[in-house]
Amino acid sequence: MINIHEVIETNKMIEQENLDVRTITLGISLLDCAGPDLAEVNAKIYDKITTTAKDLVATGNKIQREYGIPIVNKRISVTPIALVGAAACKTVEDYVSIAKTLDRAAATVGVNFLGGYSALVSKSMTASDELLIRSIPQALSQTERVCSSVNVGSTRTGIDMNAVKLLGDIILETAQLTKEKDSIGCAKLVVFCNAPDDNPFMAGAFHGVTEGDAVVNVGVSGPGVVKKALESVRGADFETLCETIKKTAFKITRVGQLVAQEASKMLNVPFGIVDLSLAPTPAIGDSVAEILEEIGLEYAGAPGTTAALALLNDQVKKGGVMASSFVGGLSGAFIPVSEDQGMINAVEAGALTLEKLEAMTCVCSVGLDMIAIPGDTKATTISGIIADEMAIGMINQKTTAVRIIPVIGKTVGDRVEFGGLLGYSPIMPVNQFSCDNFINRGGRIPAPIHSFKN
Amino acid sequence: MKRTVITVVGKDSVGIIAKVCTYLANNKINILDISQTIVQGFFNMMMIVDTSETPKAFDVILEELEQIGTEIGVIIKAQHEDIFDKMHRI
Repeated sequence: MINIHEVIETNKMIEQENLDVRTITLGISLLDCAGPDLAEVNAKIYDKITTTAKDLVATGNKIQREYGIPIVNKRISVTPIALVGAAACKTVEDYVSIAKTLDRAAATVGVNFLGGYSALVSKSMTASDELLIRSIPQALSQTERVCSSVNVGSTRTGIDMNAVKLLGDIILETAQLTKEKDSIGCAKLVVFCNAPDDNPFMAGAFHGVTEGDAVVNVGVSGPGVVKKALESVRGADFETLCETIKKTAFKITRVGQLVAQEASKMLNVPFGIVDLSLAPTPAIGDSVAEILEEIGLEYAGAPGTTAALALLNDQVKKGGVMASSFVGGLSGAFIPVSEDQGMINAVEAGALTLEKLEAMTCVCSVGLDMIAIPGDTKATTISGIIADEMAIGMINQKTTAVRIIPVIGKTVGDRVEFGGLLGYSPIMPVNQFSCDNFINRGGRIPAPIHSFKN
Repeated sequence: MKRTVITVVGKDSVGIIAKVCTYLANNKINILDISQTIVQGFFNMMMIVDTSETPKAFDVILEELEQIGTEIGVIIKAQHEDIFDKMHRI
């Protein structure tokens, strides 16, 4: 039987170390809503989401009460809309109407974000894909809860550089249309390489076409718990350090597995995966950067950061994999800037640059995340940053992503407040040298060779 | 059997256990295990109880225990045992 010390340990994690389940995400296939009549497609989408997800929020709250574990977000992911709307949407406005329907459905069931206003164009874009991408600025500025993502590359197909080029413009346009709110539209847009089909985390969640009709995916969190555990092994060698992370990750993930199974049972929807990610929030003591500091760095970004992050990420996976029957999604440490107080401090101290962040993304999920840059950054420069990040994902057979926010009207030295879980960030400097001729070539980068790995 | 873990944390005083046990008895909740310890000067008590016979919904028990806790100046929580079991047992 459970003893009192185990009970105290668990409750201390929850009460003092910010252990929570970050999200229960209900994936819903909208493939059966497709058709040539736009009004009918919109009606079907609204009905399917509001029927399938009607008990989602209540179920999350019930589990939270019964187990005493906070479940921070209840969210929905849907089939990439470029597939669902392909037959019905002839104009940008047609697609925006679907975005509005998604927004309305999300509001009705009470979720704060719905992901899947997406296109998968890792080789090239169909006319419909391109139309959806061109509609993103309007969709994100005219809705509140809809999140968008575009997969522009993969290890199997290479990188669609036409889409990369287009997205540089789209990100700037989204920033421009939401400039009254510090260009927050861009915080709801993720550009991926090797996007997973079952990611429960926003803004990049969508319900992949390989998935069933509906599925429950759960994202765990708990950087604060790992940090606290590491405080007890200060000065110990790497073996002790790694074992401690692994054991802690196991415990955190078991909670995620339990919540996922319960949610699946209550909603009568199959359990998909647990995403083993360390997801920070701006709250003090809920930071991945603070774990890196605890491992022995003055600030995230100091020499040794990439190695520390690599071991952290790997041990979290090793501990988590055994704790869950199905692991998937992004599964790794998130290193967003604005959502992590330790990362913000590192940027403000001058310890962390965009280039170091890029190196860090080689060894962890996901990528350049929640990074505010000057609003006058050129579209081609943004495309260049995306291309670099996509190349890292393509060559290393991993997911990488870019969620970058050119904040209109602000420049290096300024600070931007997104509020809530999105946090705040200093504007980071961007390399000023041009990549115009590179981006303007057009076409695609071929798939990489799968042998001779060096 | 539906097992629930009840924890009581706060400043030690006369009658905490009596008060909680009376409530449980009145609501047909059987105590399977009980232990207590002092952590950082605070009184910590844990009970493992069987809630399968109680006519009350879990939410109601949760609120009523919370209410008793407020009255005697301690924090009382009730959680399904699974969360501890999953975390600490393979």
